[in-house]
Amino acid sequence: MSPAPRDRFLEDAAAATADDPQRGFLRGALGGYYASRDVQKARYRDWEKARDAAALAKWTAVNRLDRNLARFEEAFVRNGGVVHWARDAAEARAIILGICREAGARSVIKSKCMTTEEIHLNDALEAEGFGVVESDLGEFIQQLRKEPPFHFVFPCMHLRRDAISELFGKHLGTPPTDSPEELTMIARRHLRDLYLRADIGISGANFLVAETGQVSITENEGNARLTCALPRVHIALAGIEKVIERLDDLAVLLPMLATAGAGQPMTCYNTLYAGPRRAGEADGPEAFHVVLLDNRRTALLADPEQRDALHCIRCGACLNVCPIFKNIGGFAYGTTYQGPIGSVITPHLRGLRNWNHLSGASSLCGACTEACPVRIDLHHHLLRNRRNAVRAHGGWADRLFHRAFGWVIARPRLFSLGGRLFRAALPVLRRLPLPYLRPWLRTRTLPEAAEPSFRQQAKEVLR
Amino acid sequence: MSAARETILGRIAEALRLAAPRPHLSSDVPAGTPAKVGKAWLPEGGDDEEGRLALLEANLGKLRASLVRVPDAPAAAAALARLAAERGWKRLALHRGELTETVARGLPCETWCVDDGFDKDRLEACDAGLTACESLVAQTGSLLVSSASNGGRALSILPHVHVVVARRQQVLPDLEAALADARARHGGALPSMLGFITGPSRTGDIERILVLGAHGPKELHVILIG
Repeated sequence: MSPAPRDRFLEDAAAATADDPQRGFLRGALGGYYASRDVQKARYRDWEKARDAAALAKWTAVNRLDRNLARFEEAFVRNGGVVHWARDAAEARAIILGICREAGARSVIKSKCMTTEEIHLNDALEAEGFGVVESDLGEFIQQLRKEPPFHFVFPCMHLRRDAISELFGKHLGTPPTDSPEELTMIARRHLRDLYLRADIGISGANFLVAETGQVSITENEGNARLTCALPRVHIALAGIEKVIERLDDLAVLLPMLATAGAGQPMTCYNTLYAGPRRAGEADGPEAFHVVLLDNRRTALLADPEQRDALHCIRCGACLNVCPIFKNIGGFAYGTTYQGPIGSVITPHLRGLRNWNHLSGASSLCGACTEACPVRIDLHHHLLRNRRNAVRAHGGWADRLFHRAFGWVIARPRLFSLGGRLFRAALPVLRRLPLPYLRPWLRTRTLPEAAEPSFRQQAKEVLR
Repeated sequence: MSAARETILGRIAEALRLAAPRPHLSSDVPAGTPAKVGKAWLPEGGDDEEGRLALLEANLGKLRASLVRVPDAPAAAAALARLAAERGWKRLALHRGELTETVARGLPCETWCVDDGFDKDRLEACDAGLTACESLVAQTGSLLVSSASNGGRALSILPHVHVVVARRQQVLPDLEAALADARARHGGALPSMLGFITGPSRTGDIERILVLGAHGPKELHVILIG
């Protein structure tokens, strides 16, 4: 049996944090992002208000989700597409496998889609004998390495070029090179033929437009454009929270997604698909299916306090600015969605009991909340998850401690007495072995009490 | 699968019985749709035609796309012929249309229309794809292509070079204007693909270093008439 998520997390995070060169490499890779993001943000006439508009667009859409999904379905079907609903991962896999079988398909080309990672689609397709190839460069590299994405926007940002050169040499028989340009061209040449031969193209969806029944896909490389143009069947897998109300909302959301996530004015290709090839069009798939996935998103929806976590447009900005992500990297999380947003939603999607430890993987600095283009209250949600975990699964000691603490701080005299006692005890505590605190104290020392105390200083000032 | 549909919609209706608070906003946001109110806060789209053109040119430059401005269609044809000769193109794919066909006439290479369906391998082997576009967006340096008016889906993405020919009147200030324009043109029946293209294909997946031509065109040339 594999170790519990919490134990694995502690072990992996400790190992990653001890790897100084790798941490330096990650920081270096993100350096360019900060610079270009700031340049692009400065082009907005008011970035903060633009965030308001983006947050409102998603808030409106999510809080009328049932109506918007029904509208999307109706419009998408009118456009000639087929809509499928999947309650969970197994149902989504079965639907997609069914479409592939019915189409008599053998090969599948995929453009980047984290939701397919969430439902472990590739394993299911391969087990049924379908050939599956990831076409996004980073995903292609990760697929060759048999590794999940390291970052849900930049899947292989942890790898150096020599590792990629070696990987390509081993799997594709190409000569070694230290040029990112040449490595990219190797993948380009290799994948071109696969697009042309694939029977099925599978993509994700960045937005589903309720008003028009369009699926909006954002990408830089052009691999999604090819995936949706050449194969005879197109399947898009989308979480139900991807729906937005109006086509016009994209005029705000597309540039915000690009700027927050990658420091670009616009991502290179933002494409809206409304159904399969129409009469009179030169090409395009014969059939276009959308699979709408719940997989416990409705459990998150049922929590009004944290419902805004479903506003997420997966730009990855919260990972890029997170001091925890920068130190422990993406793999330690052990989740499909890494970083602050992953720490917030994974306990809802996969259970608070096993995943609450991620709520502690935060310095509560709030950098994530500040970076979020749709204003998700990320760092406070981490606190709320901690609170909910104690309520739901806290041991008696946890509960007793918090109840007692709450009781004491509500009583100023008692609190003051407690403070005085603690101050008196500190010099002794500093010399005791304190086994319970040992892991924490390995890298820290207990503080010395300020003299005079904060309360006394405050009294002076207020007098 | 309608059981799943009913279950999910039921779960959602149940979940939404409790209202969520409005997000914490930085200010009092005026009423209106997000796009309408957000428009004023996004990057600017130019105040007049000259401003729009200057912005478009600057943005395309930053994206490493080229912009050639020519006075009329014959000059556009000459500009395209220069590109074809410089790069030694053997075959160029295009779609039918007044603009594309005029500009491709007399090219020093073979030309081929894809409108009635095409062999994918043959298109892949073409040196360049020539399309018109629905509009150009000054705000972001994007152009909008559609499967209905610009030769389908593959023509603007599969060949290694993409050349777009357009008229100055097609330059619009911002994304919202481009979407409104597409809607006005196509009415209720939107094309099966509407795509914003913002610069040549790119990736930063290896060490976050920019490489052009990841899977789509390595080069994007815009020839603007007028």
